[in-house]
Parts: sequence; C-alpha cells; structure tokens
Amino acid sequence: MVRGTAGLLLALLLAPFLVLMTSGSASAVTVMCLPKADETACIASTMGSRAEPIAGVDVILTAPDGTEQRVTTGDDGKWSFEITETGDYVVSADAKTLPDGFELENETVDVKVDQLGKSFGAILQLRSEDYSAETSKVDELIQSTVNGLRLGLLLALASVGLSLIYGTTGLSNFAHAEQVTLGGIMGYFFVNQWGLPLWLGGICVVVFCAGTGYFQDRGLWQPLRRRGLGLTQMMIVTIGLSLALQYTYQLVVGARTVRVVQDNPEVSTFGPVTITHQSIVAMVISVVVLSAVGFALLRTRVGRATRAVSDNPALAMASGIDTDKVIRLVWTVAMGLAGLSGILYALVVNGIKWDSGLQILLLLFAAVTLGGLGTAFGALLGALIIGLVVELAPVFGMPGDFKYATALLILILLLLVRPQGLLGKPQRVG
Amino acid sequence: MDNIQLILNGMMREMLSPGTAAVAIAVIGLNIHFGFTGLLNMGQAGFMLLGAYGMGISVWHGLPFAVGILFGLGAALIFALILGVPTLKLRGDYLAIVTISAAEIIRYVGRSSLLTDFTGSAQGIPGSQYSDPFRSVAFWPFTGGGSWVLLPFNYHDVADGAVWVRLLGWAIAIGAIASLVYLLRSGDKFSGVARNGLVVLLVVFSVFLLLFLFPLDYQKVGVNGWWLRFVAWTLVAVCCFIVYLLVRSPWGRLLRGIREDEDAIRSLGKNVFAIKMQALIIGGLFGALGGMVYVLASSVQPDSMGRTLTFFCYTALLLGGAATIFGPVLGTIMFYVGRAFIFQASRAYVPDSILNTQEAAFFSYIVVGVALMLLVIFRPQGVLGDKRELRFNV
Amino acid sequence: MSEHTINPSGLADPAARAALVGGFEATPGASKPDSILVVDNIVRQFGGMTAVDVQHLEVQRGLITALIGPNGAGKTTFFNLITGFDRPTSAGKGAHWAFDGRTLDKTSASSVARAGMVRTFQLTKALSRMTVIENMMLGAQDQAGENLFKSMFRPTWRAQERAIEAKADDLLGRFKLYEKKYDYAGSLSGGQRKLLEMARALMSDPKMIMLDEPMAGVNPALTQSLLGHIQSLRDEGMTVLFVEHDMHVVRHISDWVAVMAEGRLVAEGSADTVMSDPAVIDAYLGAHHDTDLGDDALLSEEHMQELAEEVAAEDAEREAEEEAEGLR
Repeated sequence: MVRGTAGLLLALLLAPFLVLMTSGSASAVTVMCLPKADETACIASTMGSRAEPIAGVDVILTAPDGTEQRVTTGDDGKWSFEITETGDYVVSADAKTLPDGFELENETVDVKVDQLGKSFGAILQLRSEDYSAETSKVDELIQSTVNGLRLGLLLALASVGLSLIYGTTGLSNFAHAEQVTLGGIMGYFFVNQWGLPLWLGGICVVVFCAGTGYFQDRGLWQPLRRRGLGLTQMMIVTIGLSLALQYTYQLVVGARTVRVVQDNPEVSTFGPVTITHQSIVAMVISVVVLSAVGFALLRTRVGRATRAVSDNPALAMASGIDTDKVIRLVWTVAMGLAGLSGILYALVVNGIKWDSGLQILLLLFAAVTLGGLGTAFGALLGALIIGLVVELAPVFGMPGDFKYATALLILILLLLVRPQGLLGKPQRVG
Repeated sequence: MDNIQLILNGMMREMLSPGTAAVAIAVIGLNIHFGFTGLLNMGQAGFMLLGAYGMGISVWHGLPFAVGILFGLGAALIFALILGVPTLKLRGDYLAIVTISAAEIIRYVGRSSLLTDFTGSAQGIPGSQYSDPFRSVAFWPFTGGGSWVLLPFNYHDVADGAVWVRLLGWAIAIGAIASLVYLLRSGDKFSGVARNGLVVLLVVFSVFLLLFLFPLDYQKVGVNGWWLRFVAWTLVAVCCFIVYLLVRSPWGRLLRGIREDEDAIRSLGKNVFAIKMQALIIGGLFGALGGMVYVLASSVQPDSMGRTLTFFCYTALLLGGAATIFGPVLGTIMFYVGRAFIFQASRAYVPDSILNTQEAAFFSYIVVGVALMLLVIFRPQGVLGDKRELRFNV
Repeated sequence: MSEHTINPSGLADPAARAALVGGFEATPGASKPDSILVVDNIVRQFGGMTAVDVQHLEVQRGLITALIGPNGAGKTTFFNLITGFDRPTSAGKGAHWAFDGRTLDKTSASSVARAGMVRTFQLTKALSRMTVIENMMLGAQDQAGENLFKSMFRPTWRAQERAIEAKADDLLGRFKLYEKKYDYAGSLSGGQRKLLEMARALMSDPKMIMLDEPMAGVNPALTQSLLGHIQSLRDEGMTVLFVEHDMHVVRHISDWVAVMAEGRLVAEGSADTVMSDPAVIDAYLGAHHDTDLGDDALLSEEHMQELAEEVAAEDAEREAEEEAEGLR
C-alpha cells in the first residue's frame, strides 16, 4: 500500500517535467582578471545580479591619464579590467549596448585604486527606462510580488520536505540545503554535460535525489534512530554531512557557477511583469507538485499515516502504523522535492553554485519555523510569506543588501509573539 | 624525512597560530553554552564577528584600544540579551534557529555597502587599521624589531640534527602528549592539586619539546608574530582557568542541572531563565574575545566568520569533549592540526594532477565533515569527555 | 489566615487528626480552619476542551490531603497550574490562588518553590547525568555560590557548601540512598529515583510538598517505605498534597481526600466518606453504579485489573478526542 502510493506520488512529482523542453548550446567563458601582488590590480563587477546577469554590455574604464578601455560583459554578466597603476579611475557603460528598456541608475562610478594586488568593485546599477517614482512604484510592487511568489514556491518545495522530516523524526536537517544544491548540480551534469533533454534530465534528477533520500535513511538515519542517538547529536550529524557535501561539490565542480542550460532565457512581458519562460514553467510545476503533496497528505491513507506519525509517533505505532516505513517514505519524498526545488532554482536564477543551497538554508528554516515546526501546510504558508518578504522588502525602502536579513528579522519578531508559529499548536507543559 | 619534517612543521605552525588560539577561546565559550548548559547556540561566529567589529571599528575611528575591547564585549553582551529574551523560554530548537539567523543578519549588515565607512562592507576592515595599538603595548622580551626563534637551542644543536635525534624527540613528544591526555581523562574531574600541577608541568614540557623539535621563526611584534601568539595563548589559559572556577561552583552545578532538566530545576526554586541568560552572556563574551584575537593577525572579514566557523567550533568542541575544562582547547588544536596534516600530506604525496592545492584544502574539509559525523555517532564524549555523563539517553 | 492555628506537632496523633477532620464539612470546596493553600476559579482549556475548572479548594495545614480522580481528570494539569508550570486560561479573569497568605496569581514556577511549595513530577525528573549528591545539593535554597559573581571565589561559599552537604547526607541516610551518594542518578531504579526526587525537594525545607503520583512505577516493596516517609513528613509538621488514582493507597494514609473528575472538584471528605459518595463512584466507574468502592472484597487484584482496564479504555477515548481537538 505504502509502496503503491509512493509510486503514484513520484509519478506526480515527475509528470510536469514533460512540459519543460529546451535545448542547450555552447557559450563563451569570460576570462576574469586575477590581481598579482605589487604588479596588477583589478576592477571588476557583475552587470545585473548573479541571479539575472546581463550579457553583452560594453563597460568603459577611463584611466587617470584619460585613456579608455572597453570590455563586453559575458553570459554571466561579469566584466573586469586589469590595471597596473594606482590612481582614480572612472567606470561607465555604453548606453547603446544596454538591453532595451534599461538605463543606468548612476552614469559613472569612481574607483580609487590605492594599492596593487587587490580587486576593486564598481557596481553599475541598472533600472527600467520608464522608471519614474509615481507610476513605477505600483509596477515594481507587482513585479516583486510575482518574483516573491516564484521564490516562495521554490522554497515551499524544499521546506515542506524539511518540515515533514522534522514532524516525523524531530530532526532539524541542516543538510537539507545541500540536497537543494545537489538537485541543481545533478541538473548540470544530466542536461548540460551529458546532453539529456531537459525534461528527461529533470526526471533523472528527481529520481536520483529521491534515491539519495531513500538510501540516506536506510544507511544512516534509521540505524541512528535504532541506536537511540539523541536528537541534538543527530542534528550535529546533519551539520557534518552538510559540511562534507559542500566541499564535495567544490571538489567536483569547483567554486564556479554552473548552468543547467546554456542559452539565455527567453523573456515575456505581461503588463508590468517581466518574467522568463523558465520561471513560468517552474512556478507551474511547483504549484502542481505542491498540490499533489497536499492532496496526498490529506486524502490518501499513507498521507494520513504520515500526519499521524508527526502528531504522536508512539500512538501511531500503537495503532498499527509502520513508522519506519513512513519515515523512509518521508525521507525519499522530501529529498526528491528538495532536488526538484534545486533544479528549478538553477533554471530560474540561471545557475547553481556549491553554496546556493546554503544561501537559502536559513530561508527554509525561517519558513518552517514561521509556519509552525513540523506542520507541512505551515511550511508552505511560511515559505510563501518568506519569499514575498524577501522580494518585497526592497520595494518598501529596505536596502537591497538587507532583504534576507529582513526575512530573518521577521522570524525572530514572530517568535516573540507566537512561538508556535502561524499554524502550530501551543505546547502542553508537564 | 624532509617531507615528514615539512608536514610536521606545517602542523606545528597551525597549532601555534593565533587563529587556533582565537577559535579555542570561542569554543571555550561555546562549551559553556552547549557543553554545560545545553544551549544550542548556532551563532557563535556572530558573537565573534561582533567582538571583532566592536574592536576594529572603534580603533579604526580613533578610539583607544581598551575602549575598543570594551565595545566589542559590550556588543556581544547586548546581542546575547536580545537573543536570549525571546528564546530562552522556548524549546531548544528555537534558540538554534534564532541564533543562526541573528548571526547571519550581523554578517549581512556588516557586508552591506551602506555601512562601508564603518564596516568596510564585504572587503572588511584591513588589520593595519586597528592592530598597531595592540602591537605598541608589547613588553619585554618582545620589544625591538626583527624576527626570533623562540627557543634558540633546537635539534640542530644536538648531533647536527641527525635523524635519530628527531625521531627520538618526536617519540618523546608523542609520549608526553599522550600521558597528558591520559592524565586529563583519569580521576575525578575537579580535584587534586598534585594532578593539576603535573598537568601544567607536562604542558610546559611538551611546549618546550615541540619548540625544540620545530624551531619556528616569526617576527617579535609583527602583524603575525610572537607577541600576538603570546597574548593569544595566555588568554586561552586565563579563559580555561575562569571556566574551571565557574563550573566547579554551585553555579556550575546549576548549569548542568539545567542541561539535564529545566523543569526539575525550576521546581527547586531556581530562576532558570536568569541562569541561562548568564550562561549565554558569559559564553558570548568568550566568543567576542575570540573574535578579537581572530582578526588581530588578519582583517575583519564578515565572510570569514559565518556559519561554517560555528560548525567548526562544534566539531572542535565535540572532538575534545564537551563539558570538560581542557576539551575545547585540545579539540581545537586537534581540529586545526589534523586538518593541516591532511592538507600537507595530500600536498606532499598526492600528485597535483589528482589534487591541486585548492582541491587538497577542499578534501581536508570533507574529512572534517565526515569526522564530525563519525565522532558524534561513535564517540560523543570526545577525547576527554566523561563517558558516564553521556551514557544515559535522556 | 485563620485564628485556629493548630500546633502542627499535635497532628502526629491520629486521634487529634480525626477530631480535626471531623469538624470539616464534607462538600466540594469546603472551608478549613487553617488553610495553607486557597484556590479560586482556576480554569484551563486546551483548544475547546476544558481540562481543569476548579471553583474553590482549600488545603488544611499539617495534614496529608489526597487529590484523587480517574486518569484524565485534570489532576496533573491542576498541579501544573498552581505550581506555576502552566497558566490558567482564566488568568486575569478571576483566577486567584494563595499559599500561606501569599498571592501566587502571577508567580513563576521557581518563585512558587521559593515560597515553600515544592513539587515532584509524575515522570520522575532525576537529573540522570549528575550524581545523587549533586542532585541533592541543587535542592538547597539561597546558595551564595549560585550567584555568578560569587561563584568564582570559593571562600564565599565553601562553608555553606559543607553545611548543605551535611544536610544532604542526613536526608540520603533517612531515605536509604546514602550508599548511592556518588552514583549517577540515571543508574538508580525507578523507586529510588522517586525517593531521590522527594529527598531533593526536602532540601529546600518546604512548608508544603506536592507529590504527583509518588507511587506510580514503584515496586510494591518500596511502596510501603514511601508511604512511611510521607506519613513521617506529616508527623514533623509538613503539609502534604498528593495526586493518586489508586484508591487503596489513598485510604491508607490520607487524612482528607479531594476528588476531581473531568476537571471539576466533585467531592471532598475523609477517605471513607468520599468512597461511598455517588458522585465519586460515578466518576470512577461509570456504569458500575450499584457497587460500593469502600468494599475491600471488591478491590481484589482481579477486580482492580478489570476496573483499570475499563478506565484505561475510557481514557484512551478521551485522549483521542483531545488529540483531535488539539489538531484543529
């Protein structure tokens, strides 16, 4: 029974990938400048954001003596100049090469190079051309809301699993983020390196990640539970696993950003909202899969068993539920969801790095805690709220650097008033 | 032989480095949180970063060095209060999530380009901006310029540094350290003047022997010289002593009681919240102090004090043995020396085509992660911990 | 406080106790001549379900009062509420309770203990990874060495520490735990842990000790000695309030009995009176209306077993309901 439903669930997880079909092609790699001590310095930065880099922009560097140099940004939006003299430099960009509908927020950036052997940053901020305080505020709000929903849905995929694991085993899994990264990196291998079509690669990624979940529980977590290892110790085991995985990724793919598909994403504009096609597909997949998981939890026998185990493992076991089987299934599905979240994330932000998962780990924890530790639907709600907060914070005047900090701050403030989270139930003492 | 000497030299440098001492101080603080009180502080790196910023920013902006230290400690104190008030009444996991989040918030704020004038944003504050006053207070025998081999008499002076001299020396050193560990593990935890005297004697002997075998050459008061090493390791010793005084007292007994069962302690009329808060603050102050030492040899880099550093602290603590006096120090040394060994050995014996320098570093961290897992599963009491204290699953 | 303060030592005499108790009214919430604990209007709800709703209760100083009731009657929750481990839903809406003349409405668990009302727990909270003597010494109040700043200077607390240890040795001897002094508490048997917990509570010289099911999980041989200890505490002038669902035990040692069912106080009286009270029989037995609980013949092992099973089945049902309530 459990197995049959697991199969059904897996099929539901994978089906939406059939929707996604794109092909890959090769791209140029930008050579980055590396400063040498006492010889050269670098002035470098990224056009756009790491998530949405802007390629093909001519960046102009004016040296103190008035000479000019030009470079064109690569696919990753990066540009760099190597210089051999200290002094005051000025960086600007050729407006003609900017993508349509964009303009520079600051025409030039001054860079003071006071010593060689270092890298200096110079951020050329882009904004929409029709930028004007009155009208664009609303547009910006709508655009950010869409971005927030997109982030929230991706977070939800991972955090529902995190929450289910917490609910059924009491474990806060710090290695969950690495499973998200694993999804993206396996996407890179399956699709980019080994040339599978995206939909097939996606299915392979989810199956692979779900498999890691199955074997992790079988080989690691279940034996540890049997040993009676305390939850705190188990949590530290997940930290060790997380460290080992992070550096394994660095060993395998290095510290660079890898991409699942090579071409630049196509963009559609609906009114004020500009969004890549991959984002749309990712959002659709997320909604379908999350609904499937929700349906399974509420309506199927195994889903009810899972909720029973989260609620009271001893009682569940007494009433004839095989808790070990349920937990095994939870690990499998949770890791599959994390992998799916990872490959979608890699597609949406167009690249994945060894620490991409680490970047969102805290957002995942925030989502799970916000919704109420151990409640799957709480995690879903929490993830959407966190996603929206992260993307909307800059619209309401929070400096961009602080958008993640805002989400975490809200979490801390919420714990002050409602420690059990939004959907959690208050604890009984004694 | 040369390869081995090279590897051992690298390990020795890592062992004596101020960074190791700094992390040891932070781990001593973490031991108060996690080892004695059972508080899951996942933001020790945040305390370190606050200490470093407190000192770095104030000295950079012209305040005296002592004031800088006070600012660093004050920042950690306020941070502990802010974190403790909402979470210390809740279940342990909440403290973990809130501390790790708050530490990240500090890092994000420190990185922010809006605060470049204060924090130097992601580039950080270069050490040259704040470490001069520290070096200017160096006293004899550290005054004067130049570099210095701490122990002028070394293995080169005995039989021309023949192989047998070194092998014998290494054997004695291993013996001394092993008996030190044996001594620390044996007997009752907090008793015996003679035993403590012997421990101190063995530590001194081992240090001299190691310096004899590995003549290291550093500047006297340079950015990364003997003066900083002297201060850092003296602080480690002082911190150990303070913790020893604290945990053998009834206050320390309360901490362990809270670790076992808060409600029981509450039912005995103790103000559990206040005690936990005190523990959080004390451990956090140690963290801040560690952070200050950590940056004196380098620069205040927000990204070098992120979650990973906290995780390293936990590894070191569990390695040495939680809820022991010397466990944090031994664990930190073992952690860094062990990592240096893996790194140096794979540099020396694995060809570049398989593992280049950077990959060797990654590899050493993978080993760290796996070691942490195995340690927690198979030897949760670490090297020095009391097995009986961890035998019962509560 | 009442005028009729009775010299506690006089209560070691059973006849004096019988005379005193004989003067109490046998109705729920009856007033007592010298009550040490007075509770008014305590309500605690979980979700929609009312776990505790006690309108008025007084506990007489110097006696052993038993709080009985079937499982799930809200006894432990009531304990948690008055000892500060839980907050009544009615807090600020008329809930009021006082211990020895001191209002406890807003007092934390630790202050309740400091006021002289110390409790134990149903699931024993011995600190397993600490030694027996460390457990004991934690119980002492007002230790200078527990102050963070003084703790670093041994001379400020050494003398007090010795005095406390002597007192702990004394109590350990009395509870026959002295040989275990340096053992880890986790290595003790269930009954020994109960004894340790009780001895630890006594380290603080409480005026009143509250025992939550002291007999649960204790082997029969130890039960007798536990009962003896409880009685001798009373004979030394301490007030004892204990929760129990085993009527047999209650009859044996308690001077006064209060009965709870479904969160409410349904009866009060001497052991014999309450056991023939129809409300109590109703609460315990449901359908078995025609039987007399006081009839010892009825309390044969077999019969008790049967009753226990029935009660357990009802409890499980109630718990399941509660669980379902909590879910929403």
